[in-house]
Amino acid sequence: MSEGAGSQAWIIVVLLAGAVATYVWRALGVALSGRINPGGPVFEWVGCVAYALLAGLIARMIVMPVGPLQTTDLGIRILSAVLALAVFFAFRKNIFLGVTAGTLALIALTLSGIRLF
Amino acid sequence: MTATQSPATRDARRSMFLTAAREAVGMPAIVLGASYLGFGSLVRESGIGIWLGLFSTLSAWALPGQVALVELYGVGASLVVISLAVALTNARLMPMTITLMPLIHDPAVPRWRYYLYSHFVAVTAWAFSMRRCPEMPRDVRLPYFIGFASVLWAASLIGTAAGFLLADAVPQEITLGLVFLNPIYFMLILATDLRHRARVLALGLGVVLGPALHTVSHDWGLMMTGLIAGTVAFGADKLLAARNV
Repeated sequence: MSEGAGSQAWIIVVLLAGAVATYVWRALGVALSGRINPGGPVFEWVGCVAYALLAGLIARMIVMPVGPLQTTDLGIRILSAVLALAVFFAFRKNIFLGVTAGTLALIALTLSGIRLF
Repeated sequence: MTATQSPATRDARRSMFLTAAREAVGMPAIVLGASYLGFGSLVRESGIGIWLGLFSTLSAWALPGQVALVELYGVGASLVVISLAVALTNARLMPMTITLMPLIHDPAVPRWRYYLYSHFVAVTAWAFSMRRCPEMPRDVRLPYFIGFASVLWAASLIGTAAGFLLADAVPQEITLGLVFLNPIYFMLILATDLRHRARVLALGLGVVLGPALHTVSHDWGLMMTGLIAGTVAFGADKLLAARNV
């Protein structure tokens, strides 16, 4: 990442835009409460788009990460994700245990130096 | 409920604020703080400063959009793409706010203040308030929501700072684990509720299209994934419903 005043100003602009793009929905929610039905088809579609976008982001972060995770093995990342899911479902959908298992698996497997692919 | 502010009412509100804060300290704050640990590490590893990371948590306070923002910033996406992706990721906040407002509305509180309180609408505080508030008297519901959310907000900021500092202090393998926490956490959040067919279809299509379209365009790939997979899933669900499947 390049240093300097230019990139610093750029990330501030990006963060401000992100804050606005987030808050606008909360403000709209207050303005529209009692006037529209949140169970309608438009919100259902919006929900589907948000789910798909997040699922796409998660899959991309695991399969082809852009940051420091690039140094880790693809097989280890997938195996750790599968383990997280397995622990999550084995312990009655316990998110905390699932996340802990997945994170520890990635650390341990990376430390062990195994390469699966 | 009348709009009087008797000492008894004030005491009841204060006590409910503290009750809610105590409920939030514990599992909700730990889980959210730990997930923001991952965000703090991601911020550090993306070359963004700690104050800007804290500013993100303070001003946006909706983790999926924050992670999407940092990731898209990392691949050099344009401002339009980043804003649209964050907006689409966080659009769920509108229906959430719409359903919560009638529940916590207090006639004694001026309307403009709800525009401030709405900043606290995020999934954990929302889910607890939706469940707990209906069983309470109307004038203590707002203090419950604010008390609960304040603690979570603080936990998020602490988590962000701790994640950033940890990423600096621990061996690289552990930092990698902390960054990996982000996708794993959201994967499990999404796996929690798989009863809604349209959303499950959206998840499945998104998982396939996300990496595929990323190779087509680093800039627009994520946006296209959301719009295409989400719309196809929505349409497919409607078609299946029309055939009574």
